[in-house]
Amino acid sequence: MALMRYAEALRLAMAEEMERDPSVFICGEEVGQYQGTFRVTEGLMQRFGRDRVVDTPISEIGIAGMATGAAMAGLRPIAEFMTWSFALSAMDQIVNHAAKITYMSGGRIQCPVVFRGPAGTGNQLSAQHSQSLEAWFMHVPGLKVAMPATAADAKGLLKYAIRDPNPVIFMEHAGLYSQRGEVPEDPDFVIPFGKAAIVREGTDVTLVAYSHMVSTCLKAAVSLHDMGISAEVIDLRTLTPLDMETVLGSVAKTHRVVVTQEEWLNVGAAAEIAARIGELGFDDLDAPVLRVGGADVPMPYAKKLESAAIPNEQDVITAALRVTD
Amino acid sequence: MAKLTLDPRDTSTDTQELLSMYRLMVRVRRFEESLYRRYREGKIGGYLHRYDGEEALVAGVVPLLRRDDYILCTYRDHGHAISCGVPMREVMAELYGRVGGCAAGKGGSMHLIGPEYGFLGGDGIVGGPVPVALGVGYAIKMRGGDQVCVCYFGDGAINQGGVHESMNMAALYGVPVLFILENNGYAMGTAVERSTKQPDMVAKAAAHGIAGELIDAMDAQVVREAASRIIGHMRATHEPYFLEARCYRYVGHGVADNAQQQRFYREEGEIEQWKQRDPLASTRARLLELDALGEADERAMEAEVEAEIAEAVAFAEQSPEPPLDSLYENVFTESTGG
Ligand SMILES: Cc1ncc(C[n+]2csc(CCOP(=O)(O)OP(=O)(O)O)c2C)c(N)n1
Ligand SMILES: [Mg+2]
Repeated sequence: MALMRYAEALRLAMAEEMERDPSVFICGEEVGQYQGTFRVTEGLMQRFGRDRVVDTPISEIGIAGMATGAAMAGLRPIAEFMTWSFALSAMDQIVNHAAKITYMSGGRIQCPVVFRGPAGTGNQLSAQHSQSLEAWFMHVPGLKVAMPATAADAKGLLKYAIRDPNPVIFMEHAGLYSQRGEVPEDPDFVIPFGKAAIVREGTDVTLVAYSHMVSTCLKAAVSLHDMGISAEVIDLRTLTPLDMETVLGSVAKTHRVVVTQEEWLNVGAAAEIAARIGELGFDDLDAPVLRVGGADVPMPYAKKLESAAIPNEQDVITAALRVTD
Repeated sequence: MAKLTLDPRDTSTDTQELLSMYRLMVRVRRFEESLYRRYREGKIGGYLHRYDGEEALVAGVVPLLRRDDYILCTYRDHGHAISCGVPMREVMAELYGRVGGCAAGKGGSMHLIGPEYGFLGGDGIVGGPVPVALGVGYAIKMRGGDQVCVCYFGDGAINQGGVHESMNMAALYGVPVLFILENNGYAMGTAVERSTKQPDMVAKAAAHGIAGELIDAMDAQVVREAASRIIGHMRATHEPYFLEARCYRYVGHGVADNAQQQRFYREEGEIEQWKQRDPLASTRARLLELDALGEADERAMEAEVEAEIAEAVAFAEQSPEPPLDSLYENVFTESTGG
């Protein structure tokens, strides 16, 4: 184990996989000479050369297409988007090409590509720079979606993503990059997709989270504990595949559940999870499933408004109190 | 691609125009410097992209436009907003995130706006304003006026697919968009030569059938004379035009792009070299030569600009934060029904 930042854990995952498999390469804006906008790829160009750490123009369609095509031709590309907000013009390459080729070819073509980069809200970056849109990708059959909450998961999930034979949407949270955590140094440490983690055990209410909301829910659980409520916190780790078994197992124990997400509430990941709990776990429920999420507005710039638009610890506590009332 | 012929009647810049261009550039420069200080003090959040070194590109173009013309630009938009006539106090208040801001505190630095001045705003997405400008130009064409739409974008944006789709369509339909490529040499840490094998931007426009030219945007008079000639021509022909404006950004891409980061892409002494050709300094020198800017005039001008900034800060400081219930306002315009 080594103590490192989430961003460093991502870098370590890529470095180890590039060492292990010469077909892995990175392409994206400012990933090489500039050492990465958020320093995630720092030092990798010096170590692996310019052909494996490719600085690109600001051409997201090109980046996504280059990675998709290289994957179809047998390489294992990691395409970095400077943020997921800038990937929108690349949606066609991701959704119509990467996500579909395996099925359209009757399974004859594989597309082992990772699309990664930061997403999330905070820091007053306003409407065009404060979104993650994971529900869009979750909606598309053929795409896997991972959203790590800790440094260790960042490493283990990214390594799994690179080895996975399918296109993976790997969404990091910019607000987590500097968070430190213990990370296994074993180069064979990978975290398989579809296995949620119970990050805090409890008996009265289940708080379902992923990405940045995991730490928000953990803080809420501490406050709830002081109020005499025992909250269990689940980190989903991946949204596709979705580990409903762990969620339903927890609900069978607590009978009450709050599903949380940072992104807009409307048609979000939490809506899908809540629906599945309703379909598969109705008999275990003692209260309606509640959701906590971001305000359904483009992110405002003003600090006070921005804070009001982002779900916080208090929002989780309020919902937990409502279902346990 | 053939260049427009020079018409000496509308290309002369008289002393008064030179003076007012200089004044505008001083306002923009001092304003940016002041914003940086407020940012350091934590009064301004988000990103802060400064225009220092590129002032001639707004001062030489925007004052030639009419109120019914349109302007779009990138997130590096403080100078554009000021030049368009958005009061400095409203820009300052926007950066403070206050209700008195030009976007009521909802947009911030990258999304300044001033529809009443034809300023359709800054855009946080590289290449983003260019397809929009095509549509604005098309609206002008459909209405049959002689307005123009000026769209500023960076050298990084020229590598966006949407920019090329838009240039192709602008030429195809014949819409009056003036594409101004602010070539400041870098897109964040990527030098132009590291992002394209064809650094001749005019040739790229020509490939779409758009006439264009390269200008030295470190010289405000050069910019103004080219813009004056081009805009005049566009008002008559309604055709698109392309300007590659060579300039230089003196400061980091944003605040996070500090001196240490800049060592990854800039040569030692490069900034100092470009500052030798500073647009403010060269315009000032010309004014001195013409005997149009005395020591007292200059002191008065600086004092006025300083006072304008101080007033803007005072306005921003006292302007209230947006009320919480404004969070859900403006997601939609209210429908009036059928
Ligand atoms: C589509 C998109 N990709 C990436 C970014 C991140 N980004 C913001 S500014 C910038 C550099 C743009 O450079 P340039 O177009 O030359 O304009 P300049 O900043 O030099 O004025 C980048 C990569 C973005 N905002 N939008
Ligand atoms: Mg540039």
